[in-house]
Parts: sequence; C-alpha cells; structure tokens
Amino acid sequence: MMNTSKNQEVNVPIGSIISGKWNQKQYLILRELGSGATGTVYLAKYDQSKVAVKVSRDTLSITSEVNVLKHLSKVQGKTLGPSFIEMDDWVTSSGTVPFYVMEYVQGESLFVFMRQRKDEWFGILLLQLLGDLAELHNAGWVFGDLKPDNLLISGPPPKIRWLDVGGTTMVGRAVKEYTEFFDRGFWGMGSRRAEPSYDLFAVGMIIMNYAYPKRFDKKEGGWTQLKKLIDRNRILGKYRPILYKVFHGQYQNAIDMRQDLLELYSGKSAAKTTNTPTGKPAAQAYQQSQSGRAGRTQQKKIKKRRHFMETVLIFIFLFVFYVVYLMGQTL
Amino acid sequence: MNKGTLRQILLITDGCSNHGEDPVAIAALAREKGIAINVIGILSQNEAYGEHGLKEVEDIAMSGGGVSQIVYATQLAQTVKMVTQKAMTQTIHGMINKELTQILGDEQQMEDLPPEKRGQVMEVVDEIGETVNLEVLILVDISASMDDKLPTVQESLIDLSISLNSRTGNNQFSIYAFPGKKQSIEKLQDWTPQLDTLAKTFKKISTGGITPTGPALKEALGLFSDKRSKRKLLGDYDEYVEESGS
Ligand SMILES: Nc1ncnc2c1ncn2[C@@H]1O[C@H](COP(=O)(O)OP(=O)(O)OP(=O)(O)O)[C@@H](O)[C@H]1O
Repeated sequence: MMNTSKNQEVNVPIGSIISGKWNQKQYLILRELGSGATGTVYLAKYDQSKVAVKVSRDTLSITSEVNVLKHLSKVQGKTLGPSFIEMDDWVTSSGTVPFYVMEYVQGESLFVFMRQRKDEWFGILLLQLLGDLAELHNAGWVFGDLKPDNLLISGPPPKIRWLDVGGTTMVGRAVKEYTEFFDRGFWGMGSRRAEPSYDLFAVGMIIMNYAYPKRFDKKEGGWTQLKKLIDRNRILGKYRPILYKVFHGQYQNAIDMRQDLLELYSGKSAAKTTNTPTGKPAAQAYQQSQSGRAGRTQQKKIKKRRHFMETVLIFIFLFVFYVVYLMGQTL
Repeated sequence: MNKGTLRQILLITDGCSNHGEDPVAIAALAREKGIAINVIGILSQNEAYGEHGLKEVEDIAMSGGGVSQIVYATQLAQTVKMVTQKAMTQTIHGMINKELTQILGDEQQMEDLPPEKRGQVMEVVDEIGETVNLEVLILVDISASMDDKLPTVQESLIDLSISLNSRTGNNQFSIYAFPGKKQSIEKLQDWTPQLDTLAKTFKKISTGGITPTGPALKEALGLFSDKRSKRKLLGDYDEYVEESGS
C-alpha cells in the first residue's frame, strides 16, 4: 500500500531489543514470524518466555487490532485468538514505532498440519473451529478474515487457534478485512456486513479449499459455479448438503452448522436440506432470521440438551481419533 | 441526526496527464474544499512498477489529502476498497487530531497519547468510519489504452459498493469518464446509493491520446452537493472526542 503519508515497513534486525517507552519492558527479537498488510510479527523473548511482537508504523490499524484483542481477552473463558499482553511505543532514531505484544501461538497452519494426517482430522478441526466461532459470535464479534493461513494447529493435543484479528469486526458493522476467495461478497453471495453467516460462508470456502488445494478463480461466480465444483469433486460429495445450506446463508449460527457436521461425521443421515433451486440469497435469509427472533427463547432448552449430547459425541470422537493418532505415531 | 458527510474523488487512470491545468494543483484546491482525492494507477500486464508515471499518481493523492496505489488490473477490486477506506480513516483521523490539539494543546496528537487512551480514540475513529455518510465521485480515464481494463474497473466499482453498503452510514456514488466527447468529463452514472448494475457501461471512446486529468478533476469538484460540510461532522462528534481525549 502506497500510503501517501508514511511508509509502513519497519525492519527490525534479529537480536535487536525493542523497549517500550511507557511500560519500560524490553523484548529481544529472535526471528520474524511473518508479515502482512499492516505490519510484521516477530518472535521475541521476554524474561524467559517467548512472545509474539507486532510492529507497524500504522498507528491506526495497530491500535484497532489491540482494541479487538483486548475485547477478546475479556471473553476469554475460552481462548479466542492470541491473548493480549501489552501495547507500547518504541522510540528509535528514525521515529517512534508503535508495537504490541501477544501470546506466541506455536503450531502449523491448517493445511500444513493436514498434509500428514488422515481426513478425519479435518472434521475434528472444523468442529473445534465452529465451536470457537459460536463463542466469538455470542460475544458480539465476527472473525472476518477467516482463511487457512490464519488458522494454526497447536498442541498436542491438536487444537485449532486463530491468528490475525485484523479483520475481526463488531457484529452489525462492515467487515474490516477479508480475503477474496473466502469472502461471500466477492462470490456475489451476500453482503459484507459482520454477522455469523459471514464467517460460516468462509468456513464453507475452507472446505472447498481443502478439496481444491490450489483454489480456483471466479468465473460466473455465485452458486452456479460453486455447485459445479462441488459436484465434480469426490471429497466434497458428503459435504454437499452442508455446503448448500452454508452458501445460501441458511445457518443462523455456528452451532447449527456444527451440529450438521457432527451428524455427518457420525455417519447419521446427512443434514436435511430444502434443496430447491430457488434458494434464498444470504441477505434475505438474514432478514428473516432477524424477524424470527421472538421464537428463539423457547428453543433454548432444547438446544441445551442438544448441546450436552454434542459434547458427549465429540468427546467420544476425539477420543477415538486420538487413539488412532497415537497409534499412528508409535508405528 | 445528520452524521455529516465525507467526500472523496476516486481517480482511476493508467497514464500521465498531458493536457490542461496541473492536476496536482487542482488536487490541492480540492483539499481546501474538504474533498479528498484518491488515485489508483493501473499497470498493463507487461508493465513493471517503475515504468509507470508513478510520480504523478502519488503527487495528486498527496496534494489532495488522499491515498494512492499503483496496481495491476487483477488487484483492482481489493485496491479500490482499501484505498477508499484508508482515505476515510485518514480524513477522520486528521480531524480528530486537530480537535485533540485544541483540547490538549502543545501540538498533541493521537500518537502522543498513552496506548490506553489511544485505543479509546481509535474506537471513536472506527465508529465514525462505520456511521459517517460518504460521497464518492469516481472518475475513470477512458483513453484508448484503458479499453481492455474497463470491464475490470466496472466490476471493482460494484464490489466497492458492496463493501461500503455493508456499513451503517449512507453512501452516494457517481461515475464520470474523461475525456468526454464535448466536455472534459462525461456522466456515466448520476448520484446513486448503490452500484449494482451500471446502467451505462463504459463506452469505448478512442480519443487522440489526450489525458486531461486536471480539467477533469476541476469539473468533478463542482459536482458535489454543497449543503453538508466536514465541519458538521466534527460538531457531532465533539463530545466523544473530548471524553476520550481528556
Ligand atoms: N501470536 C502469534 N503467534 C505466532 N505467529 C504469529 C502470531 N501472530 C502472527 N503470527 C504470524 O505472523 C504472520 C503475519 O501476521 P498477521 O497476519 O497478523 O499480519 P497482518 O499484517 O495482519 O497480515 P495479513 O496481511 O495476513 O492480514 C502470520 O501469518 C503468522 O504466521
């Protein structure tokens, strides 16, 4: 980005010490973890522990990200995103550079992890992801820039974690950052308003990406193109009903989609879906969900019980797969 | 409540101006009128970054208080959105900094606040960015060399409309092409809240190779509604700013 005011690139040599002007903490830079549109993330040492430090000249977006991380820390019964440690300014000879410090999440990105694993693992990780998304959505946020590169598998035991909260947006606002392939607006299948179904669409595209590792270009776009790609692919066959629903915005929340996946993996009859050619576009379905809010309280109790069953089921599954995994390791 | 309106011109071009007033000067004039000018320079596939008339693209945006970017046509959609939103944030940030200086004195700006306070100010910036009304006049260079890029331009403008219409604030878009047949610019789309299908597609107008960027910008300046001004926006948010700044 050629911002006319400043150049955003900050290059911190390995071995440098970043010290904060306000809190006086010092971080020893060990190596670069990655860089993106808004800055560079380094692995650093503080006391004896490893942390991740994001450095950028773009005060605005870095401050925005810190706001999100702080909000996420507050709902952290469950760990959603890397936990926030602190924000400070580093005074250098070439100006003041804002930075923030967060938990270092160690792991492999989703598809790297999947390279040496059986397909079942993909399912488990999707279930984890949808569980976490449900928590995030309940807290009033939408992830936004959901894609395999932003998902790390830490562990053992393998646990999906997400990075890069640059796109995380308050529900109801316009999604701040997205990647075209995973964005329903790009495919002409809905708005960029932050709502749970926006993230779920991206989960659908993650499944597509799993089946098409090289991704694919937009041709005619819309359901017409996605349908062809689903029908043509062996891996996607079993996901078809779920993909149909998710791409038509028919899941109002992550739990419902998770439930369908769970049933799919349990070998039960796949999700029942009204597979009519005149599926509602996402936006329309969203409006209907808004007006249907009144009936929701009644459903709560039923949901709770279902939730319990789910927990039991996933537990069994995790256990079985974990045993399989352990055996695979020792052989 | 009137939330105030931000006004921008988005200039999409692939070359240097070679006719009429200096576009950099017109951009400075726009800035005085409270209109930010963003510029996207499109490269041809076989063109390297350096070869482009990059300097002018940057200069116009700099002078017009906006954001510029040079890209290949394939990256246009994301760029159009990024440039527009970045410029919005930049404008809002600039206004808030002015207020902060007034409140805190000593040329104090957002960057000088301790991180916590900065976070609070940023929430206000984000909030305004979400709710403010926006008027974007899109000015597209349709000189001969742009011919094969126009369908992409059109698509990315529809994409921009999807993004901006996901905000709470209202939007108005209009599209003009230059050079026009008779005047310096030609209207393709009058002010409209949404660009879903562009009524009139870009017509192929092969001109004699003149690119009158300056005159086109100048004419575009007159096409904004004069009723609402930036001042109004600040008035509305004064309270917020004071709260978080003190
Ligand atoms: N907390 C963390 N722990 C470990 N690695 C991290 C962490 N945060 C970021 N990274 C690594 O650094 C890379 C870049 O960080 P990040 O994606 O946040 O930057 P960005 O500028 O927002 O990038 P993007 O353009 O993808 O939005 C990530 O892809 C990831 O590999």
